[in-house]
Amino acid sequence: MARLAWLIPLFPLVSYGVLAFRGRSLGERAPYVAIGAMALSALVAWAVFLEQALGAEPFVWRAAWAVGGERVITVGYTVDPLSSITVAMITLVGGLIFVYSVGYMHGDPYYARFFAFLSLFCAGMLTMVLANSFLLMLIGWEVIGLCSYLLIGFYFRRRSANMAQMKAFLTTRVGDTLMLIGIMALFWQFGTVDYHAVFESVRKGAKEASAVVRLGPWEVPVVTLTALLVFGGPIGKSGQFPLHVWLPDAMEGPTPVSALIHAATLVAAGVYLVGRAYPLFFFTPHHEALVWVAWVGTLTAVMAALIAVAQDDIKRILAYSTISQLGFMMAGLGVLGYTAGLFHLLTHAFFKALLFLAAGSVIHAVHTNNIKEMGGLWRCMPVTFWTFLAGFLALAGVFPFAGFWSKDEILLEAYHHNPAVYVLLTAAAFLTALYMSRLVAYAFFGRYRGPEHPEPDPWLPEDYERAGLHPPGHGHHHRQPHESPPVMTVPLVVLAFFALVVGFVGVPGTGPDGGSWIHHFLKFEGFEEAGIHAPSFSWPLALRSLAVALAGIGVAWVVYGLRWVRSEQVRAWIGPLYPFLRHRMYIDTVYGWVFVRGGLALATGLRWFDVHVVDGLVNLVGWVTVLLSRLHRLFDTYVVDGLVNLVGWATRGLGSLLRPLQTGRAYNYILVAAAGVAVLVLVSLWRL
Amino acid sequence: MIGLSHYLVLSSLLFGLGLYGVLTRRNAVAILMGIELMLNAANVNFVAFTRFVDPTFVRGHVAALIVITLAACEAVVGLALVINAYRHLETVNVDQVDLMKG
Amino acid sequence: MNAEALAFYALAAMVVVGGGLVVQSRNLVHAAVSLVPTLLGVAGLYVLLHAEFVTAIQLLIYVGAITVLILFVILLTEGATGLRVPQRNEQVPLALVVSGALVLLLWAVLLRVPWGPPAGTLPPYNPGAVGRSLLMPYVLAFEVTSLVILACLVGAIVIARREE
Repeated sequence: MARLAWLIPLFPLVSYGVLAFRGRSLGERAPYVAIGAMALSALVAWAVFLEQALGAEPFVWRAAWAVGGERVITVGYTVDPLSSITVAMITLVGGLIFVYSVGYMHGDPYYARFFAFLSLFCAGMLTMVLANSFLLMLIGWEVIGLCSYLLIGFYFRRRSANMAQMKAFLTTRVGDTLMLIGIMALFWQFGTVDYHAVFESVRKGAKEASAVVRLGPWEVPVVTLTALLVFGGPIGKSGQFPLHVWLPDAMEGPTPVSALIHAATLVAAGVYLVGRAYPLFFFTPHHEALVWVAWVGTLTAVMAALIAVAQDDIKRILAYSTISQLGFMMAGLGVLGYTAGLFHLLTHAFFKALLFLAAGSVIHAVHTNNIKEMGGLWRCMPVTFWTFLAGFLALAGVFPFAGFWSKDEILLEAYHHNPAVYVLLTAAAFLTALYMSRLVAYAFFGRYRGPEHPEPDPWLPEDYERAGLHPPGHGHHHRQPHESPPVMTVPLVVLAFFALVVGFVGVPGTGPDGGSWIHHFLKFEGFEEAGIHAPSFSWPLALRSLAVALAGIGVAWVVYGLRWVRSEQVRAWIGPLYPFLRHRMYIDTVYGWVFVRGGLALATGLRWFDVHVVDGLVNLVGWVTVLLSRLHRLFDTYVVDGLVNLVGWATRGLGSLLRPLQTGRAYNYILVAAAGVAVLVLVSLWRL
Repeated sequence: MIGLSHYLVLSSLLFGLGLYGVLTRRNAVAILMGIELMLNAANVNFVAFTRFVDPTFVRGHVAALIVITLAACEAVVGLALVINAYRHLETVNVDQVDLMKG
Repeated sequence: MNAEALAFYALAAMVVVGGGLVVQSRNLVHAAVSLVPTLLGVAGLYVLLHAEFVTAIQLLIYVGAITVLILFVILLTEGATGLRVPQRNEQVPLALVVSGALVLLLWAVLLRVPWGPPAGTLPPYNPGAVGRSLLMPYVLAFEVTSLVILACLVGAIVIARREE
């Protein structure tokens, strides 16, 4: 089955081709193509995954792609536990989101285009996951970056969407550039970008003293620097501090996009890459690259959780939650919790996709993103409410939902390997429960505070006309929200089911020798060599984290649910902290000032320089040239032309003088020639 | 005793006659005849020099033969030209054929 | 005055008189016919100079072929060579001066040159010697001449043929 793995990215790619070229004529039927392709892809992916789960050997297929001297760049795919479980997750979540999109995007003038982009995204993501080398991974990585850009700006008539897509693209570009440099550094060091060859070289190189690069006052080992450069890509893509700013703005895209790309898959690509390239990070002196990963992740987790508490936009809260959870995963990987980080990646994909889709269902019903304009929705949208609640409990880490098991794994690893990280992550877990409870309390409980300004339709009437649709009328908005259609709620139910059960693969005792199945399935060989053993599940620790989560929920319930303490009072207590968090710690503002305004100011300055100095010089040169040309023209007219005319005139005069000589009669010429001969003879006579 | 000088005097006289003919005749055929006289004068010189100056390899004879051959060629082509000119211009008088006039 | 001198003077008179008629005769047919004694006289001079092969060629080509050819052309272009057509151009006096002066000057030159004795003897049978010379040291000239003949042949046909 593993030999067929190349089919997995191929189906969505074909679907993309069909939709890109025939999408308009397919019209309403466009989703069937995309969903069919995803279903086939999922079928192969799950077959591959189950085969791996049943103990098949990892399989790598590669072929020479480009040969340059002794260096060969290969192209191929890797099927191992990590890639197979990830593609299984992507195809399942992706397929459900595709189904959901049929309902959510219905009536959109660019229906087929949406599914084309989604298909292309899946093709890129699956390529990236299955790649056998950094180069092929990079190709998939860039494709998903492009799709992210296209889909964030899907409502391209909205200026905010345009700004968001640019922000996303440019911000991730910073990380991608670092990663590209890192990959080049790998190629420079090892002469290959093939995962297996690179990791073998790194593993061997770990035992020797490594080369050092001097960066200012610090001496950094080359391997560490390379690993950190490669980590630049995950920082950008997975929204880690300091490149996280694009992800909340990316919520300008349609909600299924937020669910698929900015919650379940694309942002997980960075975490996946760290997991995939784990040897690169692990075999650095003292695992120092992993320490960086751990601290970046922890910082991100706490920071994003703090910001999320003070936000009102439902999708924005979920976006910061995503950033925070990605920070958890990074921290988990960083504290030597290879399995823990990747396990959280899988569970998170399910429940975060669920939360986004449920949020989309809510937005679909109430036409606003502001949680303060919702309220009491549990009564009119029961399916959405219950499924959202499942996602919420999973995210908050409440037993027995998926998030409980995976987050607990991370905390367990952190507790054993890095206590400081453990403390901070526990705080972040508390905040997670807090902001999610606040969200649930505002959106689903209390009374309905319907929006005064419903979200405007992003499209213009001509967009509908071009697609052959009728623009929605103004009476479209219902005062009373109602439940979404089954095409949207069924995926919610399925995802809720998974949000409940997917964590059970991490329950101790499910795997051989008392450990959990996921630990048995996803393990990093380097740990055994280094004598590092995964800490075993401990109930006291698990209960402590459960208590933290429940405390978060309880605090939020007191403030936002029961309103024993007014939130205004809380704000007054925490003083300037509230505006600080509300304005996202001013990070975006600082970036705006430094990079955007700085860039614009620099551009303006350069433009001024260009207009006044460079153009001035150019104009001066032009002016001098014109002047010289004028002078030259005068010279030309009077001197050169005069000379030419003189020559012509003289020639003509001479010609008219000599013309009579040219009689055209040969005998005249012969006479002259004979006379000449006579003269010659006379000369010779005189010389004799 | 008839020596080289006799022949040379005679040949230069014949050459002068030919030249006079070439210079004064209007008719192209007559001019050709003048040219033939001049060529004959030259041939007499060649053969005379062979006899009196450089007899060993009869080089003058060879030259004379080549001149005769070329004279025949020249006559053929010249006469062909005359016929062609007559056909087109209705004249063979060279002073009426003045396309070379400046 | 021996026989050789007698023959020379007779032949010289024949050549000069014939040549004078060639250049002087108003009737072109007469002029062409006068060419015959001139060329015959030259052929006689060749005999005196022991050039038997050149004599034969002179008779064959000049007297036999070229003269006849010239006569044919005169007859073909009769309209332009008739008796009423003036045969002289306007530069007769000048031509007389130039050619006379040239002849006199040539005489002055060649009578002053001290011609030495012959640098060898004529081969006893000179057609054979001519043949050897033509095909050994002068073979290039021989070949070029043959090419010229070919070109003349083609050129004469092309020029003279009547266009359709």
